[in-house]
Amino acid sequence: MSEALFNVGDRVLVRDLQAEEGVQGHVRAPVYCRGLIGKVERICGVFGQPESLAYGGDGAPKQPLYRVRFSMSDVWSDYAGEAADHIDIEVYQHWLRAA
Amino acid sequence: MTTHSHDHDHSHDAIEALDTSNSDTALVADALRLMLIEKGIFSALDIQNQLELMETRSDRNGASMIARAWLDPAYKQAMLKNGTQAALDQGFDTKGTPLVVLENTEDVHNVIVCTLCSCYPVTLLGPSPEWYKSTAYRGRVVRDPRSVLAEFGTEISNAREVRVHDSTADMRYMIMPKRPKGTEVMSEADLAAMITRNGLIGVAEL
Repeated sequence: MSEALFNVGDRVLVRDLQAEEGVQGHVRAPVYCRGLIGKVERICGVFGQPESLAYGGDGAPKQPLYRVRFSMSDVWSDYAGEAADHIDIEVYQHWLRAA
Repeated sequence: MTTHSHDHDHSHDAIEALDTSNSDTALVADALRLMLIEKGIFSALDIQNQLELMETRSDRNGASMIARAWLDPAYKQAMLKNGTQAALDQGFDTKGTPLVVLENTEDVHNVIVCTLCSCYPVTLLGPSPEWYKSTAYRGRVVRDPRSVLAEFGTEISNAREVRVHDSTADMRYMIMPKRPKGTEVMSEADLAAMITRNGLIGVAEL
């Protein structure tokens, strides 16, 4: 099991493991948040890696799961709503790095 | 050249789209089910029991939790801290899938989506509506939530933050709507009755 590297409020960047490591198939980090910086909203617990579980693997090493909060105007450059609007996305630790 | 002269003064696309009884997918599902019964993986009775269990899952479960929370500040605080335990306290076992309850306030309006598939707290909200699973909802509510909410008749003031929650992994979400004014003397059962499924998803206010 991987130790939790981030705390609530930490700034994190969503990695693109598809580009970095060629990870393909069943991943749970949406394309639209990759490369973006958000803040850890909460730590959800520790869960098996979906990239492993989806193909009959054991999900090891289990990963801390975070809810990461992004500003909508960071996600969409032409966002039509208000500057205060946000989106919270669940991202596993191995998809994150400190920002 | 156009050969399409079908009369479009009536609308039947939605019904056709939902009618999958003769589809290849349905035939494969039937064949798979029969084969698994034949191999003894599960029995026909197991399927019937599972279907009956599914029928007990309803948005009334989630509504009962919210009504209780409106009346019981300690339960509300506990629910916002640990939704899974609050569901258990009300008699609903989410079977290892953690529940997060998010409160709508004067400052923030929350709405749920699963962009990757259709994750949804079935135990507390029952089967999800067709639109929740549609690519249109999933694609648009993260991109332009205020317009999508407006299409549900939910106009969020510019002074309030809209917060979208993409249920991408292991959490499931339920919204605690704002308690309407003028409901101070209502009973818990009457309060629960006015809590709608769309309110619990966050596409409507009460």
